[in-house]
Amino acid sequence: MTLSAPGPARNLPQYGALVAVLLANWLLFPDFFAIRLQDGRLFGSLIDVVNRGAPVALLAIGMTMVIATRGVDLSVGAVMAISGAVAATMTGAGWGLPAVLAASLAAGLLCGLWNGLLVAVLRIQPIIATLILMVAGRGIAQLVTEGQIVTFTSPALAFIGGGSFLTVPMPVVITIALLAVTALLVRATALGLMIEAVGINRLSSAGAGVNTPVILVAVYVWCGLCAAVAGLIVTADIRGADANNAGLWLELDAILAVVVGGTSLLGGRFGLVLSVVGALIIQAMNTGILLSGFKPEFNLIVKAGVLLVVLLLQSPTLTLFLPRPKGARPMGAVKPPVAPTSGGAKP
Amino acid sequence: MSRKWVISAATAAAALFIGLGAVQAADAKKLVVGFSQIGSESGWRAAETKTAKTEAEKRGIDLKISDAQQKQENQIKAVRSFVAQGVDAIFIAPVVATGWDSVLKEAKEAKIPVMLLDRQIETKDQSLYMTAVTSDTVHEGRVAGEWLAKQTGGKCAVVELQGTVGSSPAINRKKGFDEVVAKNPGMKIIRTQSGDFTRAKGKEVMESFIKAENGGKGICAVYAHNDDMAVGAIQAIKEAGLKPGKDILVVSIDGVPDIFKAMSEGEANATVELTPNMAGPAFDALVAYKKDGKMPPKWIQTESKLFTPDTAKAEYERRKDAY
Repeated sequence: MTLSAPGPARNLPQYGALVAVLLANWLLFPDFFAIRLQDGRLFGSLIDVVNRGAPVALLAIGMTMVIATRGVDLSVGAVMAISGAVAATMTGAGWGLPAVLAASLAAGLLCGLWNGLLVAVLRIQPIIATLILMVAGRGIAQLVTEGQIVTFTSPALAFIGGGSFLTVPMPVVITIALLAVTALLVRATALGLMIEAVGINRLSSAGAGVNTPVILVAVYVWCGLCAAVAGLIVTADIRGADANNAGLWLELDAILAVVVGGTSLLGGRFGLVLSVVGALIIQAMNTGILLSGFKPEFNLIVKAGVLLVVLLLQSPTLTLFLPRPKGARPMGAVKPPVAPTSGGAKP
Repeated sequence: MSRKWVISAATAAAALFIGLGAVQAADAKKLVVGFSQIGSESGWRAAETKTAKTEAEKRGIDLKISDAQQKQENQIKAVRSFVAQGVDAIFIAPVVATGWDSVLKEAKEAKIPVMLLDRQIETKDQSLYMTAVTSDTVHEGRVAGEWLAKQTGGKCAVVELQGTVGSSPAINRKKGFDEVVAKNPGMKIIRTQSGDFTRAKGKEVMESFIKAENGGKGICAVYAHNDDMAVGAIQAIKEAGLKPGKDILVVSIDGVPDIFKAMSEGEANATVELTPNMAGPAFDALVAYKKDGKMPPKWIQTESKLFTPDTAKAEYERRKDAY
């Protein structure tokens, strides 16, 4: 994902922000980095950050690809609710884990296919096309659960949310695995290049021989799959499907994570790992606020303040005034800013 | 296709309903009540509708329910249609507090009494409705607090899981509990955060509380503004290697089936019920008014009953089908 990056310095705002937020948490709460084993599973605030950040990180992986094609998927939160509802309801009806997983992932794929067809074939603007499923999807999930919170006791399904692999919580393991698979798919092949091409100019990439409808459908399908996995995780975590609240507003967190990660909403170049870092920044803030003991009324203000700083650090206009290392340029900028003057100085 | 099916089924059902109504009209005066329900956004709401049906059957009242699907305009339409049908009374569970004056005036002109269920409305003209049946959410918080004070001898470090910031049940349930805390110098709320009334957030917030308070050792009890957050908190306590209900007491509000299940397993300690039976007291008031013109009080407060583990198993069996 750093193929086109001139150096690691370009990613400084994201990694810097993550480190800064983690350090701030540590100042507020000295035991922040303390980790111990509890029932064979890592336990600590830092673990909470990666564990609780996993659903948004998963959404961000799928969302990055969609945004790279100059699209957006507003339906991911609703898709989470659908996949969770399917999983809990089927488990309650006595189906085994393989069937349950297959069905809820299939539900996610189907939702993605629907979005993809609307965008690629019917050429509806992505924000409107996916808005349909954002609204209707939650209704579908409520139909599946009949408006109730469907709980289950199956330890196999609960393992996805509460289990661990080599002491690492399963949601983290799943996120890393999906990130690796996605990165391999787009970077070891020409797929990533084609996605970026479609995002920069759909017409001319079609002219250059890229099968744009197939690429578009593929990214929405992949995004639906990522959302379904995230939905499985949150459902397994609370051992119940809450169709009204599962994934509610998480599409906005996912878009935010992608943008904080430096991928432009105008499409083109994208960074998968950076989107995941963006998701971790958001979650590190959430966890920090909970640990800090601030009144809940301040939650959103603190969050907005920190995000503003991170986004300002990436602003093409503002970065002109910041001294930068040679070759560093903000990712979101269409054109590279004026050549850095005082090369070598670290920001 | 399926929509057509639904419409034709609904038409058939309506026809049947009207037919039945005509037959029943023959046997003396059977009360007909129109109920404009908000929708079915939560398990509690579904239970309220279900209970209204059974309470109506018990009293031989003909209840017509209209589902507004969370929209005020649908509720207004429903009330107008009830007025046109000339029902004996109209029940409304109002989705929002304002904007009811004009349609309620129409009902008043038709001399049809209106009763509000479970939520109040804001209006300058109090004569537009006869009575409101609601619970006292401040009192619910007070009942939970008093139980905890008694249980711990007035000495307890409490962590609080608030409802959605700014929502009226969250404000009131906090207020009632705070009153009790103020009276007991040994009681203290050491941490309070919003869990948005959901299981997932309740669990996440509780995880942080446990870490912030020395692995949970500094916490005597968790007070959750609703049962769902308590269920999430119980999972967080378990995953931290502590015993919910023993190492950390769990008290919450609502009385949904899952908290009774948790109590029967010894993982929760008390819940204050928000009864889904709002229609029952309203029917009683209506029957008394029709019989000898007795005006009910402007506010009928439902009971906020506290439940503990000893009755939990039976209560769970009793409720699991109602919700």
